[in-house]
Amino acid sequence: MSNEKEYIELFEQNRTLVESNCSALLNGARSTAFESFKVAGFPTPKEEKYRYTDVRPIFAENYGMNLGRVAAPINPKEYFSCDVPNLHTLQEYIVNDTYYNNTEKDGLPEGAILGSLNTIAAQHPEILAPYYNALASKGDGVTHFNTTFVQDGIVLYIPRNKKAETTVQLMNLLRTNVEMLFNRRLLIILEDGAEASMLICDHAVEKIKTLSVQVAEVFLGCNASFDLYELEETQAENRRINQLFVRQQAGSRFNHTNITLTNGVTRNSAHVSLEGEGAEVNMYGLAISDKQQQIENNTLVDHLVGHCTSNELYKYVLDDSAKGVFAGKMLIRKDAQQTVSHQTNRNLCLTKSAHIYTQPQLEIYADDVKCSHGSTVGQLDENALFYMQQRGIPKEEARHLLMFAFAGEVIDAIKIDALRERLHILVEKRFRGELNRCKGCSLCK
Amino acid sequence: MDNLIEIKNLHASIEGKEILKGINLTVKPGEVHAIMGPNGSGKSTLSNVLVGHPAYTVTEGEIIYKGKDLLSLSAEDRSHEGIFLSFQYPVEISGVSMTNFMRAAINAQRKYKGEAPLSAGDFLKLMREKRALVNLDSKLANRSVNEGFSGGEKKRNEIFQMAMLEPNLSILDETDSGLDIDALRIVAEGVNKLKRPDTSTLVITHYQRLLDYIKPDIVHVLYNGRIVKTAGPELALELEERGYDWIKNENPS
Repeated sequence: MSNEKEYIELFEQNRTLVESNCSALLNGARSTAFESFKVAGFPTPKEEKYRYTDVRPIFAENYGMNLGRVAAPINPKEYFSCDVPNLHTLQEYIVNDTYYNNTEKDGLPEGAILGSLNTIAAQHPEILAPYYNALASKGDGVTHFNTTFVQDGIVLYIPRNKKAETTVQLMNLLRTNVEMLFNRRLLIILEDGAEASMLICDHAVEKIKTLSVQVAEVFLGCNASFDLYELEETQAENRRINQLFVRQQAGSRFNHTNITLTNGVTRNSAHVSLEGEGAEVNMYGLAISDKQQQIENNTLVDHLVGHCTSNELYKYVLDDSAKGVFAGKMLIRKDAQQTVSHQTNRNLCLTKSAHIYTQPQLEIYADDVKCSHGSTVGQLDENALFYMQQRGIPKEEARHLLMFAFAGEVIDAIKIDALRERLHILVEKRFRGELNRCKGCSLCK
Repeated sequence: MDNLIEIKNLHASIEGKEILKGINLTVKPGEVHAIMGPNGSGKSTLSNVLVGHPAYTVTEGEIIYKGKDLLSLSAEDRSHEGIFLSFQYPVEISGVSMTNFMRAAINAQRKYKGEAPLSAGDFLKLMREKRALVNLDSKLANRSVNEGFSGGEKKRNEIFQMAMLEPNLSILDETDSGLDIDALRIVAEGVNKLKRPDTSTLVITHYQRLLDYIKPDIVHVLYNGRIVKTAGPELALELEERGYDWIKNENPS
């Protein structure tokens, strides 16, 4: 099954239209990406990285695409006002794949830029040009597909030694009456010594089949510090392919927490390049999955130089016939001496039909490193369940306590207090089955 | 007064292997019964069957507790009805704090009795009071259940939970195992302080030493799945002196 041809024809027919909407920076990258896509096509399960999530049938659905940039029919602020207690964020919205214009930028430091990728690429090409597509150009067919079709997204730029005190919250809202394919692009640049944090929430309103392809590029200068939280609360009909590329310079720190509460089919990949000594990356993932849901987290941490640290902790709770995939590779290159790298993947399979495919990998070419990796798959501890029942805790409640304890390790790593507390409540609700479908932004209710 | 619990001709097996082969035992309110016996005689099986452990199957007999058919109750409802087991090996539950665990247990019991959940303030006050009974360090309350507790702390924690839940029938399964003499005394004193005229205790033990502190009214010897001897407290002393061989010789299997 190959449908690259249809997308290639679609692009050729609409190239003028797409380019007329977009800035030169986006269009420049588009030309080379289109050539790369024509060569690469979509990845097949024969490629190791795509062994467990076959993206071809996902792209083969008959989606519409908003190539003509028809404006979103809603004012997202009227639909989604975030009122998580004590969570103060700078809220931005992307409805489907269109940035929703927001003029309130309180809490950003002087010289910082936050807003529409396409608009800012036209206004400040000198800032964005060295970064846009610099990492994604080395991606795969899906990445090139995104670069070929993408028209907008969001930019966050924090200049040297500035700190964004307020967390930037990006709401990715899916709102459509027809089956649609969306392409989003995120570009995050923190210059030397800059600091910022960002929360990205994916929500779906209607139960309509959609495919969201999001490519994010993150550039962290020397000693920059960036915390990224991603929370997906979509529906069984939604497919999401997220690709995250990160380049870290010396002494920089990147913390990533990716939580999938509800979804349809999700493939998250992260490619982190540690290019300067003393860089540190911490990645946490929590996937809660039931029914026919499918979640893959595919990570590559590339230690190119010495004295860097990487940590990964991914946890899955799989119920019903859910399928989870964890594939994580720590690549320690020849010059990456004194690397410290730890990777852990733990999984709870609650039924016999729930499946986890796990591939924790270490590839080490240096000889003076401290590395570990491991994976466990198990069920709830029957002895603990009985112990709790003996104390009068009903079995269902005891199961929830154990599941919640399992998930708690990832949630407790969240540094924004209000978000952590909210997620404790949301995850508990999720286990109790009270979060079966996303009612708009349940983070905000 | 009526019997608190009456066990009649109880047969039970695990994985198809019969362990209990006709237990008869009656406990009245206020009584302390000791159940002694050599390894493998079925002592722990008896306690597990009483609290409804799913690994054990009752194949014959019945248990009447407070006038009800105990075997038809779920494990949690047996707890709500006042049966408490102090585990020989308390389970470590990573990630569940003692406080959350205890709050879930207390409120489940209250719900069963038709009472409203305890307020946070009242609950913490209750925790403080009961902790004092067994000298349990307040730091342990913030830790995960039994995780990183020493052997003595685990046993004290069992008695603490017993104090919180105020059971009618407490089963102490080898509570003395792994305890040094000071810890043993603290645990036993805790049990004695919790004693009320209407509560009963089943003390399961190999040794006499626990019975120096928790004085039994009646001592039973369990051997090969049956109670083969019942007498007063003097029986425990005799067993301490003579061992179990004479029991085995009197009851060839």
